Amino acid sequence: MSGANDPYDPKEVAALAPEALQDAVERARAAFAAAADLDALATAKPAHLGERSPLLTARREIGALPPAARSEAGKRVNEARAAIQSAFDERRAALQAERDERVLREEAVDVTLPWDRVPLGARHPVSQLADHVADVFVAMGYEVAEGPELETEWFNFDALNFGKDHPARTMQDTFYVAPKESGLLLRTHTSPVQIRSLLDRDLPVYVVCPGRTFRTDELDATHTPVFHQVEGLAVDKGITMGHLKGTLDAFARAMFGEQSRTRLRPSYFPFTEPSAEVDVWFPEKKGGPGWVEWGGCGMTHPNVLRACGIDPDVYSGFAFGMGLERTLQFRNGIPDMRDMVEGDVRFTLPFGTEA
Amino acid sequence: MRIPVSWLGTHLQLPEDVTAQQLADAFVRIGLEVEGVHPVGPVTGPLVVARVAEIEELTGFKKPIRFCRVEVGPDGADDSRGIVCGATNFREGDLVVVALPGAVLPGDFKIASRKTYGRISDGMICSARELGLGDEHAGILVLPTGTAGPGDDATELLGLDDSVIELSITPDRGYCFSVRGLARELACALDLPYGDPAAIEVPEADGDAHQVRVEDPVGCRRFVMRRVCEVDPTAPTPWWMRRRLMLAGIRSISLAVDVTNYVMLETGQPLHAFDANLVKGELVVRRAVAGEKLTTLDGVERVLDPDDLVICDDTGPVSLAGTMGGASTEIGSDSTEVLLEAATWEPATIARMVRRHKLPSEAAKRFERGVDPALPPAAAEMAAQLLVRYGDGRFGRGRTDVGEVPAPTPITMPLALPDRVAGVRYERGATARRLGQIGCRMELTTADDGTALVTAIPPSWRPDLTQPADLVEEVLRLEGYDTIPSTLPPAPAGRGLTEAQRRRRAVARALANAGYVEVLPFPFTGPGVWDAFGLPADDVRRRTAKVLNPMEPEKAELTTTLLPGLLEALQRNVARGQRDVALFHIGQVVLPRAQQVPVPDVGVAGRPSDEELASLDAALPRQPTHVAVVLAGNREQAGWWGKGRAASWADAVEAARVVAGTAGVELRVVSGDLAPWHPGRCAELRVGDAPVGHAGELHPKVVEALGLPPRTCAMELDLDLLPLVERRPAPVVSPYPPVLLDIALVLDEGVPVAEVADAVRSGGGALLEDVRLFDVYQSEQLGEGKRSLAFALRFRAPDRTLTVEEATEARDAAVAAASERFGATLRA
Repeated sequence: MSGANDPYDPKEVAALAPEALQDAVERARAAFAAAADLDALATAKPAHLGERSPLLTARREIGALPPAARSEAGKRVNEARAAIQSAFDERRAALQAERDERVLREEAVDVTLPWDRVPLGARHPVSQLADHVADVFVAMGYEVAEGPELETEWFNFDALNFGKDHPARTMQDTFYVAPKESGLLLRTHTSPVQIRSLLDRDLPVYVVCPGRTFRTDELDATHTPVFHQVEGLAVDKGITMGHLKGTLDAFARAMFGEQSRTRLRPSYFPFTEPSAEVDVWFPEKKGGPGWVEWGGCGMTHPNVLRACGIDPDVYSGFAFGMGLERTLQFRNGIPDMRDMVEGDVRFTLPFGTEA
Repeated sequence: MRIPVSWLGTHLQLPEDVTAQQLADAFVRIGLEVEGVHPVGPVTGPLVVARVAEIEELTGFKKPIRFCRVEVGPDGADDSRGIVCGATNFREGDLVVVALPGAVLPGDFKIASRKTYGRISDGMICSARELGLGDEHAGILVLPTGTAGPGDDATELLGLDDSVIELSITPDRGYCFSVRGLARELACALDLPYGDPAAIEVPEADGDAHQVRVEDPVGCRRFVMRRVCEVDPTAPTPWWMRRRLMLAGIRSISLAVDVTNYVMLETGQPLHAFDANLVKGELVVRRAVAGEKLTTLDGVERVLDPDDLVICDDTGPVSLAGTMGGASTEIGSDSTEVLLEAATWEPATIARMVRRHKLPSEAAKRFERGVDPALPPAAAEMAAQLLVRYGDGRFGRGRTDVGEVPAPTPITMPLALPDRVAGVRYERGATARRLGQIGCRMELTTADDGTALVTAIPPSWRPDLTQPADLVEEVLRLEGYDTIPSTLPPAPAGRGLTEAQRRRRAVARALANAGYVEVLPFPFTGPGVWDAFGLPADDVRRRTAKVLNPMEPEKAELTTTLLPGLLEALQRNVARGQRDVALFHIGQVVLPRAQQVPVPDVGVAGRPSDEELASLDAALPRQPTHVAVVLAGNREQAGWWGKGRAASWADAVEAARVVAGTAGVELRVVSGDLAPWHPGRCAELRVGDAPVGHAGELHPKVVEALGLPPRTCAMELDLDLLPLVERRPAPVVSPYPPVLLDIALVLDEGVPVAEVADAVRSGGGALLEDVRLFDVYQSEQLGEGKRSLAFALRFRAPDRTLTVEEATEARDAAVAAASERFGATLRA
């Protein structure tokens, strides 16, 4: 600052006077603070930071000062300018924050508005169950085998040890295909796939066969002429009925929960010997924990192995089969079979796209 | 098979306190299916035997009403009362059962004294059904004279503290269609002493009872006859026998018929009774001659098949072997000479006759499962004894016994085979003990290698025991399946799902995620659908396989396309108030070959030859897996965002693209024309040049004929025709910036966009990365029949930043290609 007793005689430059600079800073601060929004701030900016602002005008006067005073004056101007710039920046940041907040506030929507322009579809629960069963067995090392729905009697009956005129053939309520004696039918179970697997694959064979099957039952709450089964087959050296029981228990746990278990009751099927009915016990059964008839099973009949060219003295096997609709009925509490047949979307949609 | 517990108990030493339910549980444990346990009765309160003293027919009512005076006390006690009764099958002097006031009959039916038809009715005269004894309700229960006296307690006489066990007999256990067999099973299950009811003394024969010639020893293995003379045709069936028949569900007819039925239930051997006076000459067992006729007991005249086995006398066929007797030799109300037949028939012959004549008789049911060939003499003897005793007859001379009982084939197996199959170590001696229990004779030996063997000769009543596995089952079921452990087999490492299986799942999931709901319709359809579809007479889809015994006669065909089932499901949803419906189905269709190949006759003794297997498969129709969708209403819903968008042909094509995209297959769409689609809105779907399906809007006439919502759309393609993409290509991604250029081409509106885009793509060359149609425009300025197609083109080089000049050059080449092929001009 130049004082009265300065050894030099500085030329008086009013604009560079500390008071003047201070005044410029104060006025700039006031102007920026008065700017209500970013536009007003932009409008206010040139007057205080622009080419013609008092500060820049003052800087141009520095040259008129004696050399000794220039440095100090320059410093003063720079300080003032920095102060104004910072006032501007602060104000701008504040106004930007204010604006951003307002924009976000204004853009707010009612997120509870529904958006179901193209609603999801669904997979049929029977298909989902078939996939789930397949996954359970694939995880145990099985493969998924398939076959045609319209079959020859040879695959559906003969090779499965149904004698030509044995009453067991008539037990199956078969849809026969024209003409009479064509030797063709709609498969009454997925068991022909067992035969196809044993003929097509190398031993040992571990397969699971989900598929559509047909019997001449009138459609009602618990029957349908077209339904789905899943069947399992294991043929290997040293297969025992204990292995069958263990596999069924594992299957039951996957389907009905960790606590579930199975029970075997002696029964008769032409293609297994010994044969058994499978009951399953599970805690979530409708009406309380208890046993439900689930399916049929047994040790593969030696005649079946022979018909596939397998020596029953070397290999043994087990097979089991369940109805998928029936399993769903008692597992998911579906009272009426027709719901699974009719294709009403209101029934299927809640099952979603994947189990 | 219904059997009263008391009857089973006559051949078994049942513990005093055993309940019917415990017996039923024992049956289940060893493999007999129990349909139900039905307690007889129950009746509480006073139930007495009464004699009908006087019947007064009341008149003036719509139906016959009787006011009866019945004696309910011992003779001379003068304890009678009046009871109103609506039945008319009894006479004065008959013994009946009366429920007195205070009695409660089954169904909580309380009996009280009440006024009815103008009289005081002081109790009820009961029918068998009202007493819980059976289903007979034709009239009231009349007891045979001498069964009891008036005033006797009827509850004990009727055996109302009994139960009936109802069993369903599996086809392998024919012997269980008898008290003999069932009692033996219980004896095994519960380790009880058992007495074989068929083990009766059969006296030496003194010549033939009747002359019989068996011409077909294959169909008829054994034929036994016994004769009873001078039977009193009016003799009633004794009450105990009637009661057992009644509880077993068999109606009482006459003493002779009841006796044959009774012996059948007791032993399992069906019998037939001829009126010997009506049989003319020698009886011959032979196959029928084509065109021969026989009127059976049910009054039906049956035209016989050369495969039918018949018994003939001099007049021709008089009985359908093992199935049903003939009317001409039937036991009548005046028959006194009874000729009893007990035979062994070949099961397969009987099974075919049952099916051919639709005659599932009680006898046939047993014969088709196999009847003990050792039984006929004993069964005939038992029946003769009963007839002599209760019909006041006398034994006829001699017994006919033609044919031989084949010796059962011994079965040898390792003694430890049951243990090995079960995965259990059974108690020492268990196998021999169990086989002995079921009636096998056994010999234990040792093989050269030291293995302990058992040779079992199955009993005559077990034709189902033919190989070691059958014996194994006997041991396992009698030892109990509950002793079998739970272990997992050492399955090998699997290969997971196949490509095709994974693809089918992915397609189903993709369609579901795209808004389609999966349905599983039946495959049955009929010509009405093909007509509604507007299929020409020679359309290949009309060539269907047909079901001989359809559930609905008009739906006997197996569908060749998934659309009929899907459209039916669509209709059902719409009928139930759904407006916007999108459905899909993945399933097999049945496509018969132009020339049906007959199914070869292939045996089961060993693996069929490759040729035989090939010809078996050649006899099957092709059954590819199809995927199809149908949709109607809005594809995009209306909402607060604005209007909905109606489902259109384009959505159907889009569904095909979803399928193909999921499968990793490039789908080409060309204009198609196939019923049932709209001829102008039908896309043919191709992979390469091969058609794989169709998509679009349905023909308005089809929509109308099937009553579908307007503008219903559909897509169907053969999933099996899509090539499996095993390894999808890994593209080289260029890091350099693209050049984006748009073009608008003016050309004839008939030129398909897909082809224009193809031309642009081929003209644009390697630098053209993407072609996308973004606008279709028509106006007067363009001229009639013209349209403008605007494409956005994206150019990019793999190895450098493309210059605008290079891109422009490529664009010009693209335009030139379109101009050359379709006369397209660049729109200013």
